[in-house]
Amino acid sequence: MIHRLAATLRLWFAPQLIKAEGTTPDYRFSLANERTFLAWVRTALALVAGGIAVDQFLTELRWGMRTTIAIVLLTGAALCALRAVNHWVRCERAMRRGEDLPTSRFPVLLGTGTAVAALTVIVVVAVGWAGK
Amino acid sequence: MTGPREPVSAAERDPAAQPERTRLAWRRTTLTYAVSLGLAVRAVLTEGAPAAAVAGVALAALAWLGFLAVAHRRIQQMVTERPPRGLTVLQLRGTLASVLTLIVVGVVLL
Repeated sequence: MIHRLAATLRLWFAPQLIKAEGTTPDYRFSLANERTFLAWVRTALALVAGGIAVDQFLTELRWGMRTTIAIVLLTGAALCALRAVNHWVRCERAMRRGEDLPTSRFPVLLGTGTAVAALTVIVVVAVGWAGK
Repeated sequence: MTGPREPVSAAERDPAAQPERTRLAWRRTTLTYAVSLGLAVRAVLTEGAPAAAVAGVALAALAWLGFLAVAHRRIQQMVTERPPRGLTVLQLRGTLASVLTLIVVGVVLL
């Protein structure tokens, strides 16, 4: 685990090391990996938009609740952006080495997190209406 | 019947729609960035925004321009190169830096 983390971190700071490993995969696979990277970048950008929107549009919420939701969304955005790069590096390396693509729990965590955030907003908005 | 296929060089492989799909993915991503940036701009236009927030959004706009530059370069590579080269480290870092900038600006806006 520690060893794997160290290896990944090394690639983060010197990703040109990837090219030293294995053989260059079919470029179409590399392009697919690039599109996956971009899809995660878009997910991060959408979460940023969500964070800013919550702060701007749910103005009837108390400041604390609004800011908490926004912070959670923005944190999710940062995690997605970092993961986008990390996953790209790991996939590229696996393809060069001819290994299986890395599996990850991140999508499940993100999906669960998004569901919880959405439910929270629904409950908060509903409670807000009921209170009026 | 043909025997085992001879390995084809990268230039001979049929790229099919791969470069185009990747090019469009970059386009979509710049648009998504623009939408998020638009929300941030709206935030400083509607409220009596502090100077730090205005400066932050200006910085985010610059980061968007930087991201556009990376995307434009990459799209040009998709159009002209057969086969297109892989994503470079610089492009990867540029993308990450511009997205993280927008996230930090989002925090400043709270």
